[in-house]
Amino acid sequence: MLGETSSPKSDRIGSAIPARAGAGLKPEHVAEILRTEADIGFFEVHAENYMGAGGPPHRQLEAIRDRYPVSLHGVGLSIGGEQPLDKEHLQRLAALNRRYEPGLFSEHLAWSTHDTSYYNDLLPVPYDRTTLERVCDHIDEVQETVGRRMLLENPSTYVAFEQSTMSEIEFIKEIARRTGCGLLLDINNVYVSCTNHQHSPEDYLAAFPMTDVGEIHLGGHAPDTDDAGRPLLIDAHDRAVDDAVWRLYESVVSNHGALPTLVEWDNDIPAWQVLRAEAEAADLILSRAEETVLWRVV
Amino acid sequence: MSMTVFPSKTGAKDFAGALLDSAAATPDGIVGPDGKAAPKRFNVYRNNVVVSLCEALGQIYPAVKTLLGDEYFNAVARAFVTRHPPQSPVLIWYGGAFAAFIEEFPPLEAYPYLVDVARAEWSWLQAYHAADAAPMDPALLGALDPEKVGEARLEKHPAALLVRSDWPVLDLLRANRFFPEDAVAVDLSLSQSVLITRPDLDVEIRLPYPGGAVFIEALFEGFALAEAAGKAQSQCAEFSLSDCLSDCLSSGAFTGLTAGRE
Repeated sequence: MLGETSSPKSDRIGSAIPARAGAGLKPEHVAEILRTEADIGFFEVHAENYMGAGGPPHRQLEAIRDRYPVSLHGVGLSIGGEQPLDKEHLQRLAALNRRYEPGLFSEHLAWSTHDTSYYNDLLPVPYDRTTLERVCDHIDEVQETVGRRMLLENPSTYVAFEQSTMSEIEFIKEIARRTGCGLLLDINNVYVSCTNHQHSPEDYLAAFPMTDVGEIHLGGHAPDTDDAGRPLLIDAHDRAVDDAVWRLYESVVSNHGALPTLVEWDNDIPAWQVLRAEAEAADLILSRAEETVLWRVV
Repeated sequence: MSMTVFPSKTGAKDFAGALLDSAAATPDGIVGPDGKAAPKRFNVYRNNVVVSLCEALGQIYPAVKTLLGDEYFNAVARAFVTRHPPQSPVLIWYGGAFAAFIEEFPPLEAYPYLVDVARAEWSWLQAYHAADAAPMDPALLGALDPEKVGEARLEKHPAALLVRSDWPVLDLLRANRFFPEDAVAVDLSLSQSVLITRPDLDVEIRLPYPGGAVFIEALFEGFALAEAAGKAQSQCAEFSLSDCLSDCLSSGAFTGLTAGRE
C-alpha cells in the first residue's frame, strides 16, 4: 500500500502521524524538546535542510525520529516548474524518505527553479490545462520515484495570471483525481490567498476536496496592502496563528474530524514554549472535535 | 491595453527574469483581483527571493556581516544574490562564491582580510555539514615500525579544512563571530592560518603550531609524513614534528593512515 514504509530501524517509534498537533522542527529547540520529553504528536522538517552529508542536523533528526513520528516537507522540488524535475533532487528526497521513514511526505503546488537558478520562494502557477498536465506528470514521477503517495499543499499567492482558466480548487481537485496524490490543506494559505484575491475562505473550504486531505498546516501571516490599498497578506510564518485562521480551523475539524495538524513558525523563531503552546491550542481543538464525533456516534 | 481580447501568457522565463532585476517591468499577464497589473503584488515575490537569500548569506557569514555592518553587508549580499543566484534547491550548499565576489568587489579592495574571513566562515559551514567519521586513534602511529613511520600517509577527515591566510583570521573570527562581547584585540600585522575540524558534533578552529599549516597542507595533499615534515622544516625553522603531529591527531583532522610499503 502506498504510504507504508519498510521495517522500522532500531528501536524507533512507528512512522504513523497521529491525528494530533505537531510542530515544525527548529534546530534551536531540539535540546529542550529532548530534555523535557515534550508531549507533541509529531515533528515536521524541511527536507532540504537535511541534505548535507552529516553533522549536527542529521544527529538531531535521528534523536527526534527515535522518539517521535516525523513528516517530511519538501520546499524546493519545483513541481509547478516549466522544466523537467531535477532528477538528482528527487533522488535526494527518496533517500531521505528511506532514511527517516516519515509518516507523511509533502510538497507544494508552486515552482522555484527556472533554467539553472533556484529562487528560494514558492512561486505561483497559472491554472490552465497546460500547467495541469505538467504538474500531474511531475507528481506521477515523484510518487513513482519515492515509492509512496505524496501530499500536495495549496499555495499562498499574491498575484493571479490572466491566462488562468480554472479556479484553484478545480485545479487541485483535478490533480488529486488524476494522480491519486493526497492533499495538504494549509488553512493559513487559504486565508491569505482568499483575502488577497477577494474570495470567501469559508466558500473555499466548503468546496475543498476534504476526503483527499491527509494533513493540515497552520501558521502566521503578515499584513500589508496592495497597489490599490487593498489588504495583502504575506505568508511570513513569523508570528502566532491569526484568530481568523483558528476559527476556520475549528470549523474544518468540527465538520470533518481530527487530522494531523502542523503549526509552522520559520522566521523570528520564538522560544520552544511559545511554539509548543500553539501546538497545544491546536490539540485542544482537535480533542473537542473528537468528543463531538463520539457524542454524535452515541 | 485594457481591452486585451486574448489573455497574455506569462512564462516562467518572464516571471523569473523580473525577480532578480528590480528595474525590470512586472511581467505581462500578472494581475490583482481587479484584473489590473499589480507591480506591488509582484514585488512581494522579488522581496521574498532577495531578502531570504541575503538572510541565508548573513547566517553563513556572521563575521563578515559584523565587520561590514548590517546595511553595507545587505547591499553587498544583494549584489551577490542577484548576480549569483543559487544553482540548487539545497540552500545549505549556497554561498561558496561569496569570498571570490568580495575579492573582486572594487569598493572593498582596501579590506583584503574580509576575503579570508569569508573563506574561513565558508569552511566552517563545510565542516558542519561534512560526513561524520571517527578521528584516527593515535596509537595507530605508535604501532608502526619506527623505521617506516616517515613513509606513512594520513587520511584526511571529511570535516577537516585548512584555511591559509596572511591576515589574523582567527582573531577576526573571535572578535566578530565567536566572542563579540569580549573586545578581542586584532593585530592586522599577524598572519593566522587556521585548521578547522569536527571530530564529533562541534566544529573546532585552531592555530597550527609554527610550520604546521605547511605540514598539514602537505598531509592533506597526500604526502607521506617525512615529506610533509621536510616541506614544513624548509619553510619554518621553528617547526617541531612532535608538536605538530600530536596537535594534528588531537584535532581530529585525520581518520586513519596508510603505512609505507614493506
